[in-house]
Amino acid sequence: MSEHGEVTGGATWPDELYDLLRANGVTQFAYVPDAGHKVLINRSLADPDAHSISLTTEEEGVALAAGADLGGGRAVLLMQSSGVGNCINMLSLTAGGRFPFLTFVSMRGDFGEGNPWQFQMGQATQKVLEAMGVIVVRANEPDEVIKVASAAITMAYHSGMAVAVLLSQRLIGAKKF
Amino acid sequence: MAQHKRIQNSNQPTPVLDRQQAVPALIPNPTDFLVVGGLAGAAQELCALTNDGPNVYGLGGAMGAATTMGLGPALAQPHRRVLAITGDGELLMSLGSLATCAVLNPPNLRIVCVDNGHYGETGNQDSHTGLGVQLDKIAAGSGIPTVFTINTEAEIPEARKILNAETGLCFILLRVKEGSALKVNRSLDPAFTRNRFRMALLGRP
Repeated sequence: MSEHGEVTGGATWPDELYDLLRANGVTQFAYVPDAGHKVLINRSLADPDAHSISLTTEEEGVALAAGADLGGGRAVLLMQSSGVGNCINMLSLTAGGRFPFLTFVSMRGDFGEGNPWQFQMGQATQKVLEAMGVIVVRANEPDEVIKVASAAITMAYHSGMAVAVLLSQRLIGAKKF
Repeated sequence: MAQHKRIQNSNQPTPVLDRQQAVPALIPNPTDFLVVGGLAGAAQELCALTNDGPNVYGLGGAMGAATTMGLGPALAQPHRRVLAITGDGELLMSLGSLATCAVLNPPNLRIVCVDNGHYGETGNQDSHTGLGVQLDKIAAGSGIPTVFTINTEAEIPEARKILNAETGLCFILLRVKEGSALKVNRSLDPAFTRNRFRMALLGRP
């Protein structure tokens, strides 16, 4: 992985994760860009059978995911932990409507963070999600991403739960300062 | 009562339309669309026009949701026309959603904003549009390919044509006077209305 927290080199889980999501019927990939999601974003842009949806703020993705479900589709929201704070009130739609919801959150303010500005939201991310009714699971190591993602997909799309997969800075690498 | 000053260079005419007549005149066929209605007036109106019909998901909270929530079914159901209808207060909270929709440019999405220039649910305070902010110019600047503004009854037939055309993302700004929206006794249970919408569209909750 690069020094910018960008998953590169030998990491195979981002491509495997994209394939897993597509195999489970996800066609709407919504995101505010983050280096940790670069592979998924690029794969969705190159995929003629998927929609790659660049958001101006993360809460749009919460509403979009509920709308996708209304239409019989499946969406995922890719965001950085700082974006979780932008979603708080919109998650009342997810919880109240019992909409299935799946988000992958690349963490900042976490393991090895070098920018003090990131800690407030990073350390509050799990609490905020849980306060709004989102189940939180975490992947720390490359070889557990697919197992954790598979569990989250089942919880979201088969049981109709709201689930966040936190991708630790141990996994995606801490940005160097 | 003290008031904000109007924006000096705004040249919009004073609204004359009554929303209780203008909204049904613009949308005489609400069951032709999959509808996401933003809180509060827009959702109430579309529920009233369909007698709380299953093709309308009317929001009662989650302010700012309507436009991007409408994008979801537009992408998932490319052969159905989707109407995202919102008010000025809600759209002001989610201006970026116009940019998001414009970049995706789904040909089956219609965005309508019923702009009464006020926060009608909270004591009728002036909204930014009531003070001169122009949402049609923001929509055009966001890249929505077709933007149309209704100030008088004379413009409603043309807007209706745009709304019912086969393809093309559009934004229609319906400028109305202050005044209450059409209402019906609608379900405010967001999970019930979600299941009702999906049952009608997909045959499963």
